[in-house]
Amino acid sequence: MNILAYIETADGKLKKSALEILSYGAAIASQTGGQLIAIAIGDVQADELARAGRYGAAKVLHANNDKLKQYVGQAYATAVAEAAKNIQADVVVLSNSFSGKGMAPRIAVKLNAAMADGAVALPETGNGFKVRKTAFSGKAFADVELTSKTKIVTLVPNSYKAVEQAAAGAVEAFSPQINEADFAVKVKEVVKASDKISLPEAEIVVSGGRGLKGPENWGMIEELASLLGAATACSKPVSDANWRPHSEHVGQTGLAISPNLYIAIGISGAIQHLAGVSSSKTIVVINKDPEAPFFKAADYGIVGDAFEVVPKLIEEVKKFKAANS
Amino acid sequence: MKILVCISHVPDTTSKINFTDDKKSFVTQGIQYIINPSDEIALTRALELTEKDGGSVTVINVGDNSTEATIRKALAIGATDAVRVNAAPRDAFFVAKQIAEYAGKNSFDLILCGRESIDYNGSQVPSMVAEMLSLPAVNSVKSLTIENGTATLDREIEGGKEVVTCPLPCVVSATEGMAEPRIPNMRGIMSARTKPLTVAEPVDVENMQQIVSYDKPQPRTQVKLIDAANVAALVDALHNEAKVI
Repeated sequence: MNILAYIETADGKLKKSALEILSYGAAIASQTGGQLIAIAIGDVQADELARAGRYGAAKVLHANNDKLKQYVGQAYATAVAEAAKNIQADVVVLSNSFSGKGMAPRIAVKLNAAMADGAVALPETGNGFKVRKTAFSGKAFADVELTSKTKIVTLVPNSYKAVEQAAAGAVEAFSPQINEADFAVKVKEVVKASDKISLPEAEIVVSGGRGLKGPENWGMIEELASLLGAATACSKPVSDANWRPHSEHVGQTGLAISPNLYIAIGISGAIQHLAGVSSSKTIVVINKDPEAPFFKAADYGIVGDAFEVVPKLIEEVKKFKAANS
Repeated sequence: MKILVCISHVPDTTSKINFTDDKKSFVTQGIQYIINPSDEIALTRALELTEKDGGSVTVINVGDNSTEATIRKALAIGATDAVRVNAAPRDAFFVAKQIAEYAGKNSFDLILCGRESIDYNGSQVPSMVAEMLSLPAVNSVKSLTIENGTATLDREIEGGKEVVTCPLPCVVSATEGMAEPRIPNMRGIMSARTKPLTVAEPVDVENMQQIVSYDKPQPRTQVKLIDAANVAALVDALHNEAKVI
């Protein structure tokens, strides 16, 4: 099968999810005896495009002009769909990110393709095309069989490991035909906390709940997160009370995440919260209530007052970092 | 302003999810259904916009007659009228096609959806509807204002937000922050009984996918409890055993 991978960039650099998508696409190409082509859109540094070629892409297409510098889902989808037609792609893979979720359904309609969103594993391609995806907000998985000629798959960040390869694919300029109407959405401003790690892509997440008693107590959460190179998150009651922004809410009605390490502090573990974090590889729970349901869904637990345990944990992480740097 | 709000009928967030022994079907017994939470946010914002500037809010749902209680709830919250496309929602493409069919025949200034449904988590319908109707779309929007036929929106991105503008008509998917859901009052509940709920028949859509089985995540093995006086043991375990730091 020929695979087209749309790779996301930020500030001219490949996102971590881009490397995952490339490796995922390369694995599907390899298991089906096809080729992986990548496409990047907008301003991307030359060395970053070359780097994309080292993650399994036989070729890296790069579309860029003044109008494509900022993400416009409709225009980007047109570009990717045109590339897919050109290379006769059997499968188009994208990240299940905010941008990917905006583009992929449009590409599916343009190519009359079935779509599996939120894939968490490689498809089974021995007989047909079956892919495992998240369902019921992390409470379950669904195996979806796609029977259309062209197929679209979006991959959950952090669910497939990026692998660098020896071969390097060449970079080639690509000029898609895009109508003016596709640029109806205009970006006015991008607001980003540049020093912060993005929550959906973070490998480590430190999360706080109502047990922290108030927004003024988040200093230790941020300090621990910063020491671990982690993103910060929170439970629904915390964002509902405006202690933290909604964008930090993880759970069934917030963001579903799958970091390597999730540290839950002062979160009891309601079923809605567990749904959004259950695919984390390792879960640590710190809670003073030994009966908190979260302990049943955790790998490591400390029964204790967050205001005593977290400062100690910060000291221990500092010692660990000093010893391992 | 004429607004169409797309609502999904989904299991309540407290639901325990179970499947039949052959893993082929979702067990609906004992499940309470609700309006999908982000669709309810979209509905509330639609009401706020029409209360301010005038207009109507039509809700649309693709579902069999078991979804009518959910649709009546949307009417009780304040929608003007409702349409149910009489078909089980097979997949996102099928649902989008039904909505696009209806919206294409009844011109709306704005089509509002939730960010994603909490059952199949596709987040596909909004952009599919937009593509089918050749409309612009903005997804995961936490703030929406409209002035002189142009929407200004805050869209979520990884690690921040983007402020964008978009001319109407357009499709917008809502996330937390756009509005605070309302609890229907007695007057709303009473009036919902007599508000128009039209049933439309579905259009044919080619079937290109199906769910062949379900599974549940592996439960975790017994939690390892670490003494609060020995936090160093946790750091050690995360490094040497779990190998995550």
